[in-house]
Order: sequence, then C-alpha cells, then structure tokens
Amino acid sequence: MKQDESALIPHTRLSRRLFVKGLAAGGVLSAMPRLLSANTNDTRLGSAPVLSGQLITLVIAETPVNFTGVRRMATTINGSIPAPTLRLREGNEVTIRVSNRLSVATSIHWHGIILPYEMDGVPGISFRGIASGETFEYRFTLKQSGTYWYHSHSGFQEMTGMYGALIVEPREGESIQADQDHVIQLSDWTDEDPMSVFSRLKVQSDFYNFNQPVVGDFLQDASTIGMKGAFEKRQMWNQMRMSPTDLADVSAATFTYLMNGMTPAGNWNGLFNQGERVRLRFINGSSNTFYDVRIPGLSLSVVQADGQNVKPVSVDEFRFGPGETYDVVVEPEGDAYSIFAQSMDRSGYARGTLSVRPGLAAPVPELDPVEWLAMSDMMGAMDHSSMKGIDHSAMKGMDHSAMEGMDHSSMGHSMETNPLAKPSQTVRHASTEYGPSVDMRVDTPRTNLDDPGIGLRNNGRRVLTQADLRSINGVLDDDRAPTREIELHLTGNMERYSWSIDGLEFGKSTPVSMRQGERLRVILQNDTMMTHPMHLHGMWSDVESAEGDLLVRRHTISVQSAQRVSFLTTPHDVGRWAWHCHLLFHMDAGMFREVVVS
Amino acid sequence: MKRLSDVDALKPLTILAMFAMISSPLLAQAEIRDPHAYSNGYTLEEGPYALAGPRLLKLADEHKFWAIQGNRVEYDADSENGVFEIQGWYGSTYERLVIKFDGDVANGRLQESQTGVVWSHAYSTFFDTQWGVRLDHYDAGTDRQWISVGFQGLAPYWFELEMTAYLGESGRTAISLAAEYELLLSQRLVLHPSAELSLYGKNDVENRLGEGLSDASLGLRLRYEITRQFAPYVGVEWTSKLGKTADIARAADESIRDTRYVVGMRFWL
Repeated sequence: MKQDESALIPHTRLSRRLFVKGLAAGGVLSAMPRLLSANTNDTRLGSAPVLSGQLITLVIAETPVNFTGVRRMATTINGSIPAPTLRLREGNEVTIRVSNRLSVATSIHWHGIILPYEMDGVPGISFRGIASGETFEYRFTLKQSGTYWYHSHSGFQEMTGMYGALIVEPREGESIQADQDHVIQLSDWTDEDPMSVFSRLKVQSDFYNFNQPVVGDFLQDASTIGMKGAFEKRQMWNQMRMSPTDLADVSAATFTYLMNGMTPAGNWNGLFNQGERVRLRFINGSSNTFYDVRIPGLSLSVVQADGQNVKPVSVDEFRFGPGETYDVVVEPEGDAYSIFAQSMDRSGYARGTLSVRPGLAAPVPELDPVEWLAMSDMMGAMDHSSMKGIDHSAMKGMDHSAMEGMDHSSMGHSMETNPLAKPSQTVRHASTEYGPSVDMRVDTPRTNLDDPGIGLRNNGRRVLTQADLRSINGVLDDDRAPTREIELHLTGNMERYSWSIDGLEFGKSTPVSMRQGERLRVILQNDTMMTHPMHLHGMWSDVESAEGDLLVRRHTISVQSAQRVSFLTTPHDVGRWAWHCHLLFHMDAGMFREVVVS
Repeated sequence: MKRLSDVDALKPLTILAMFAMISSPLLAQAEIRDPHAYSNGYTLEEGPYALAGPRLLKLADEHKFWAIQGNRVEYDADSENGVFEIQGWYGSTYERLVIKFDGDVANGRLQESQTGVVWSHAYSTFFDTQWGVRLDHYDAGTDRQWISVGFQGLAPYWFELEMTAYLGESGRTAISLAAEYELLLSQRLVLHPSAELSLYGKNDVENRLGEGLSDASLGLRLRYEITRQFAPYVGVEWTSKLGKTADIARAADESIRDTRYVVGMRFWL
C-alpha cells in the first residue's frame, strides 16, 4: 500500500488553472507516437496501442509522467497510460504473461470477465500477487464479449496509472454496426502520493472539498427565502453533522482529470468522417471520480452497459462511476464536438474532441453549478410512497412475470405464494450499524431507479438512468426465481472517514457464502449520502426493479444515496471473490467483502 | 429523589453520563440482522478456497495513521507571552493514543503547561471517550498529577466539544469544558469562536486556584487557510478568573480579567 511513497516526491502547489486543465504537452506528444517511442523514459499517453492474439505480454514498471508541470513517477503497463488496449476474441483461450519490474508486488484484475477465481487477480483472495521480479501467467477462456477493462488490484497502483481497456470481439460477429470505434477511458491523476491523500482525509474528511456552504450562501438564502427558510434549509444537515456538498472525497484540488491519459488542455482527439456511425467505448477507470459525460450537439445512443448489449436508448448525458462502462453510438454531422466529462462534484472535468481531422476544437461547456444533496438523498422515500408502492407493485410484479413467461416449473409454486417474487421492502439494519462506524441509517429507502442522481435532476438534458437500461434478449440467461435473499447495507462515517458494509470494515467482516449454481437475490441498501459503484467479482449482477422484473446485466452497480437496489446473481464458478465499492478509497477504507462460492 | 448535594458530588460523572446517553445510538424498531448471518461459519482465513497461511489482504481499516495538530500556536505582542496547544495522535479509526501538550510561555520560559496522555476510544458516531493521565506543571507553584476521563466530539450544529473530569492526589477533583465552532466566511477564511471553563473541587493555594469555577475564557480567531494544513490567524482572547480563584488573585493584587490580542498559526502535519 505504501509502495509508491518513495517514488513520489512531495507535492508542489501549482496555479489552479494549470492544475485543473493540465499541460498540453501530452497531447502534442501523443499526436506523434513515433517521436515518443524514441524516448523510452517517458510514458506514452493518448490512445493506447492495441494488443491482440492469444498470447499477450505485459510488463509493469515505473515510468515518468508530467501532467501538471511537475515530473512524477507513474505505475504503468508496457509504458503507457492508459495501458495497451487488449483486443481478444470470444471463445479463445488467452495466455497473458505479466512481468513485475516494480520493487513491490503487483497484480492485474480483469474487470467484468467471468473466469476461474485463481485468474481473477486479487492479491490475498484469488492468488498471492505477483512479487517483484516475477512473471505470472494468467490463462482463461473468454466466455463473453463486449467492452471491459483491466487494472491493478494492489494498493493504489490503479490510481497511479495501471488501467487499460479489454475488448472482447463477439464470436458470431459484431451486432453493433459502426464505422469508427474509439475507446475513451476516463481517469484521475494526482501528483501527490495516494496514501498521503488518503491520510489527509483521515484527519480532515472535507480536506479536498472547496464547495462548502459559507456564510454568504446563508445570507443569500435569507434574502430570497427569508431567515426562517434559510435556517430550515440547513437544520437537518446541521443536526446530522453532514455536509450537503459532500459529493466527492477527492476533487480537482488535487486531481487532474484525464481522458485517454490526456489532460483537458492536452485535448484527446478522436477522428471520424462525416456521416459515419462512431462507437465510443467509455470506461471509467478513475480511482475516485464519478463522471457526467456528454457531447454537446450529439445524441448518445447507449448500446452496451458493462460489456453487455442493451436495447439502444438515446440520451444527452450519462453518469458513471469507477468500474462502469458504457458503449454509445453517435452519428456526427459537423466537424468537431467536445467530449465533456465533468466530475460529479463539479470541481473539474476531463475533455477531448471528436473531429473530422486532427487539431480541431469545439466549445467546452462551463461546469454545472454545485447542487446541494436533497432530503431524499438522506432520508430516502420520506413521503411513504414506498408504502403505497407495495400493493401496487405486487400486482405489477405478478403480471409482468406472467407476460415474460418465466419458468414456472423451476419456481415450484405460483408467484402469488412465492415470497421472493419481488425484493423485500422491509429494512433490516445489521446490529453492527449501531455504532461509531455508521453516521446514517435509512429507514425508508427509495427504490426509484429512474433517478439520474444529484446534480443531474431536471437539468434540461435527457440523462440516462438505471431504469432506462434493458438487456437485449438472450443476455439474461437465468430466469429462475431466487431461492434466497441477502441484504447488505453500504455504510460509513464521513467524519471519521471510514467506509464499511453493515458497519463492519473488511478486517472485521466474514465472507458472504454462496452455493455454486444457486439463484440468489442481493439487496444493497445505501445508508450513506454518497453513491457507491459496487463491483461483484466472478459473477453477473442482474439488476431488477422494485417489482422484481429483471432489467439489465451489470458487473458494477452504482447505488445512489438512500437508495435500495436489488439484483439476482448465479455464482457459476467456485472460489473466493472480491466484492467492493470501486471508489478506490472506499474500498481501501473497508467497504469490501469476500465471497465464497462452494 | 436524591438530595441535591449527592447529585453535586457526582456532577462530573453525571454530565458525562448524560452526554453518553444523548450521543449513544438509539436502537430503532426496525428488524435487526446479524452481520455474519451469511457467512456459513466461514472466515477470511478459514473455509473453502481460503489461501493458506496468515491473511495477506489488509486494507486501511487495519492500518495505523498519525497526525500532529497545532491548533493554537500564538503570540501576544503586548505581554510578550506565547500560548500553544498541540496534540498528536497515532492509531486506527477507533482506537488512538493521543498526547496533548498545552502551555504558556513568557520571557522565554515555560510558565505553565499541561501534558495529557489519553487513550481515545470511538464511543459513538461523533464522540470519543478519553481515558488517561495529565501532568500540570507550574513554574511558580506545585506540579499536579491527575487521572482523567473525558468526552470529545462533534455535537449537533457542528459544535466541537470537549469535557474532561480529573481526579488528583488527596482527593482533588477538576473539570474542564471547552467548545469551539467554525464559521466559513469563504472556502479559506474561517471565523473560529471558542470558549473554555475550568472548575476545581478543592482549594489549591500553592497554585492560587480556588474551589469551584476558577476561570473562563472566550476566544475569537480569524484564520486564512493558505492550505487546509497551514493557516495564520489573528485573534482576541478574553480571560477571567472566577469565584474563589478571583478572590485569591484580588488578595495578591493581581488582575482578574485580561484581554489579549494575538497572532498565531494553526497547522497540522
């Protein structure tokens, strides 16, 4: 965990403008990759080189980068950020040799890939890690297709550069027709040692939040809604000792946001010809940043989520958290478009350009204003609509399941009498949630999947929500009803900067035991005010509605504040698996469970 | 019903106990789960497919952190006196060793200091219990040693509170209470009011402290956070001796009230 400390020299302050926008140099260099490869000391940035075939060799080493005017050491795979894009073929067995030239142990996890647990790459769970100087041989058969990614699962190495795209081409041929195909990998970079960033949060959890409510905001509210109104607006927050602008733990105060390894000033450039269908494979490979992505002037047709095809849905914007991927198709008719990805806390953005020839730029939008978290982000469904929803949804659930022609025989009895036909709505907090590790417990969670989330509500744009996503026919391959239900609550204490599940950090937890082949329902309830992208290794997460209708297959599910989301899963592969929040700091703070499938 | 004097005798503990109740989580009526109910008896170290040997994966929840926090390091040009309030801690999220070092410096000499060593235990979401010892050093007086029990944390409406009860030699007792608030004028400009109150159970003639409320102070500081870890400030501090302590000061012809204008810095590492 502390392996990077020696490599990273102390942080120097830079002008904020430079900090947020970064240097353009990366862009210049990547436009001339040949020039760059001549200089073997530097990290190659921009669109990553593509590796394909059945034998892949990856070398992990420290290489220098300079995103902000200061030279730093990054942890890279084959010397590039992002790491090489692996283009593999469904059905093939692939051998990937990973050599570790770092002074510390490393690992690579194939995010979203279904494989034997020994190949999953989580040190301490699936294997012992790759020691310094060693080579580890990963070997597995690709049983799926789509856009995925891979990254280090050791300490904070992912945060210092170890992430790349993994594309699996469908054996039966590509069903998504496109003339151009670009990977757009978003990430975040800090010149600081990640461990010292974490340590600062441990002392002062709002260290990087420069959008805190100030006296002036109060006076402004007092003049518009009156003194009483201004007090009432703050009352709940003050009583609960929570900040309404706690939207991200780490902000542009230290992060430079990257698109394909390029700073906003570097302006990554993807090319197209007018009239072409352009497929953009968006991967959120950041450590701690939710991105809100849009391309002003273009409608985004979302065709794939987490590598699995969905019924196309047209939106102007989507939000995704670390670990999630969305493939979108656009049909640009103009010359140049900005790809604009603002961080959820509105402190900065990643940016690139789609254009008909290199060097063009389009206007870059302003950051949206910071929106305060709403009461529903703290209290859930306060108006008891969830209570009303029970009767209503029970009926809906029955109708739908009948219409979708679920396998009644496998259920053993009719839907009317199956208590697991739809997810339980009874909130059951863990006994360990009543202690110093938890600062909030939601008793009336909301189950609305059609909420785009804080900062995106009613912004005048059509924003993707979980409720919009429907797997195409054949993706959800297990229509059995669940035979049991487990409930886990995402918890934390912002003041102490601790993150946990059921109030227990990883070190105090016990594994979740699953039986191989069982159909299981998992309910994740978020008892915090932040959104958590929950990534379950080794098996799919089939998201369902509050009525128990299967919607979409994911590998990473973002659970919004005070929200209760349920999914069904079938663990096909035995072994030990990781299950965690993909915000790297939340994971490392202990919002992490082990799963045993046996 | 108890007689008032009994309650008075228990006052330090009563206050602490009351606070414990207020800040302790009230169990909701909702159904309570066992967080280990899904484990089938397996642990991180044992059960199917567990790696052999001791557990390799340890996350930050099992790491120790530390900080040194200079909450007040300030100087009063009129009296040429300095005051410092520094504390350091080491430990996990929930259990920490805390060393508190406060003192007054005048004429290049440490006039008075209090050194506390406490074990800080996370008691509830926002409050810690603190058990330990404190050594009071007086350049002109008699040093005192105490064992201490206290509560420290964040009260609703963002008031930072610290309440400590002390038990010393020959049945000496003391209580100290402190409260702070931070008002953000901007993201970097912070107005920081504070208040402190001390009580002693017995006269301490050598150190010119009287039984009962002994002294109170009110502070108001305005700092500018150049970084969140380094902030110079200007401030004013009003102090007043109270009750018998004030009487002792009067008898010695010393001033009872004092207003000090200070410049200082707040920092942490």
